[in-house]
Amino acid sequence: MSSPEPAVLEARYTWGGDEFLFVEVAESMSLAANFRVMSIAAKLSAMQLPGIVDVCPANASLLVRFDPDILPPSTLEETVRAIEGDLAHHQDQALETRIVEVPVWYDDPFTAEVSERFREGFHQEPGGTDIDYAAKVNNLKDAAEFIQRHHEQPWLVSMVGFVAGLPFLFQLVEREKQLEVPKYLSPRTDTPKLTVGHGGCFGCIYSVRGAGGYQMFGVAAAPIFDPAQTLADFRDFMVFFKPGDIVKFKPVNETAYNNIQAEISAGTFRYRQVPVTFELSKALADPEGYNQELMEALNGV
Amino acid sequence: MAFDIKNPGLATTVQDQGRTGHYNVGIPQSGSMDQYSAELGNALVGNTAKEAVLECTYLGPVVTTDKDALIAVTGAPVEVKINGESRAQWTRLQLRAGDELSFGVIRGGTRYYIAVQGGVDVPEVLGSRSTYSLGAIGGFQGRKLEAGDHVPVGAAVNTGALPDADTVPEEFRPVFAKEQAVRIVLGLYDHRLTDEGLDNLLNGEWKVTPVADRMGLRYSGPGVKWKEREQPFGAGSDPSNIVDAGYAVGSIQIPGGTQPIILHRDAVSGGGYAMVGTVISADMDLLARAAPGTSTRFVAVSLDEALVARAELADLRRKAWAALGADS
Repeated sequence: MSSPEPAVLEARYTWGGDEFLFVEVAESMSLAANFRVMSIAAKLSAMQLPGIVDVCPANASLLVRFDPDILPPSTLEETVRAIEGDLAHHQDQALETRIVEVPVWYDDPFTAEVSERFREGFHQEPGGTDIDYAAKVNNLKDAAEFIQRHHEQPWLVSMVGFVAGLPFLFQLVEREKQLEVPKYLSPRTDTPKLTVGHGGCFGCIYSVRGAGGYQMFGVAAAPIFDPAQTLADFRDFMVFFKPGDIVKFKPVNETAYNNIQAEISAGTFRYRQVPVTFELSKALADPEGYNQELMEALNGV
Repeated sequence: MAFDIKNPGLATTVQDQGRTGHYNVGIPQSGSMDQYSAELGNALVGNTAKEAVLECTYLGPVVTTDKDALIAVTGAPVEVKINGESRAQWTRLQLRAGDELSFGVIRGGTRYYIAVQGGVDVPEVLGSRSTYSLGAIGGFQGRKLEAGDHVPVGAAVNTGALPDADTVPEEFRPVFAKEQAVRIVLGLYDHRLTDEGLDNLLNGEWKVTPVADRMGLRYSGPGVKWKEREQPFGAGSDPSNIVDAGYAVGSIQIPGGTQPIILHRDAVSGGGYAMVGTVISADMDLLARAAPGTSTRFVAVSLDEALVARAELADLRRKAWAALGADS
């Protein structure tokens, strides 16, 4: 196994007042930690324990909201510990999920306009662009190489939240190949809807317009949060992404972006997507080889 | 029937008990910030605790009604006026068709509630009528009210039966004080504070800043110190940073160690700032009553003590409803 990822040790349990249990699986981000979190969350949700209000898997930790009038805290903790204990004995973990192609207009005019309003005092390099800065801090030749690195390997939705429907994304590559970019020095008060952003080792897509501190590289062409549920991809739920989804960004130019806008207006747009089984051991053993296999699944769509 | 909004006030929204079950995709619970006050308004007009009310923030709306209506105004102290005449809070009031409801200047606290017999009847979204403005869902078209809005009111609940009493006795009305003791359960990432930092948190005086809304309240005070460490991969460079995690509602984060932020009912569901404790469920309404400048002390309690406080609040609520002769 070439990945330097640390083994996932025993989780830390702590209370968020009388309605929340917080389970920190690991202090550091890793694919293995995220996988453990998702596995615990899935098993806990499947139990449909009375008194469980929300099960919120995050990058390397899990937040559970419960009603202590129905479910005593000690019972909840024992239950989650038992699930964690069972999982520790099962190394071969697989996740039934999907791979989704997300068209992105990189280096677009919308994020450019906003970033120009937040340079001095906000950004590390007020004279440059976010992409140029990201390329530089990752020791890449130029913006084009950064964009290439950003979309050529897929990402895992490691958490959904902050605001409604916002996916946090963790790139499925070895740690030393992960793109890392500091957040803005001070958060912006504005970020265009659907901005493809990056902070630390995490990518994201801003689901709504608003404040944000992540670097901005482009805009996703299609909605990811649709309260009106007009498009087919939102028929079941107003939020598109779920933790565990695999995202392949596809660069599009202005013409392709505008064509997608027309499809959205006509109500005909659908994301290209296909169900896949994601196996942790394969992803850790040969990330890029396994990614190739996952991405080929999209070819049939 | 319906309310016509002549002037929306500062931030008037439709709220109820909130929507849970979707925090895992970042949709917060929302709902009335001061649940106790909002529910007692419902009790006065013969509603159940579930009906939606109008939550008013500092500056109230000017509203007319197109039909007769029974209302009650509860929560923060404010002058209530019907056709310009002063009327009492915490009591059932009769509006006649065409009457105008308006408000004077708030005299403490932050939010007051207009409950109406039948409840505000906007469509439910994910099981609740509460407004979540950032996500533009729930409430009246997913937003705060605007002039010209025509806000529908539902049919009377329980065939229009009303409680025996028309006024909430003084002993059951909450206090809107300039000083608060807020009980918290330490935990989450409190181990990352230095001893001095923890001491500042629990023994310092903190003041609510004007940066306080439905998402959360920001406090100024002595600040805290974080232990230095080599930051874990993915956590970000500041010692107050963690790998982005879920945020408990009521949790206290202290970005950069300067100003604590306590998340409330429109909380962001997660992020990269370490939390050091969580306000107990019984004191969340108390936070909702804290105006900017409120002097605050954080008092650490155990989880068991938090559960006792929770039961005491539930008991107080039951007694308040019983005192009115209302079914809770």
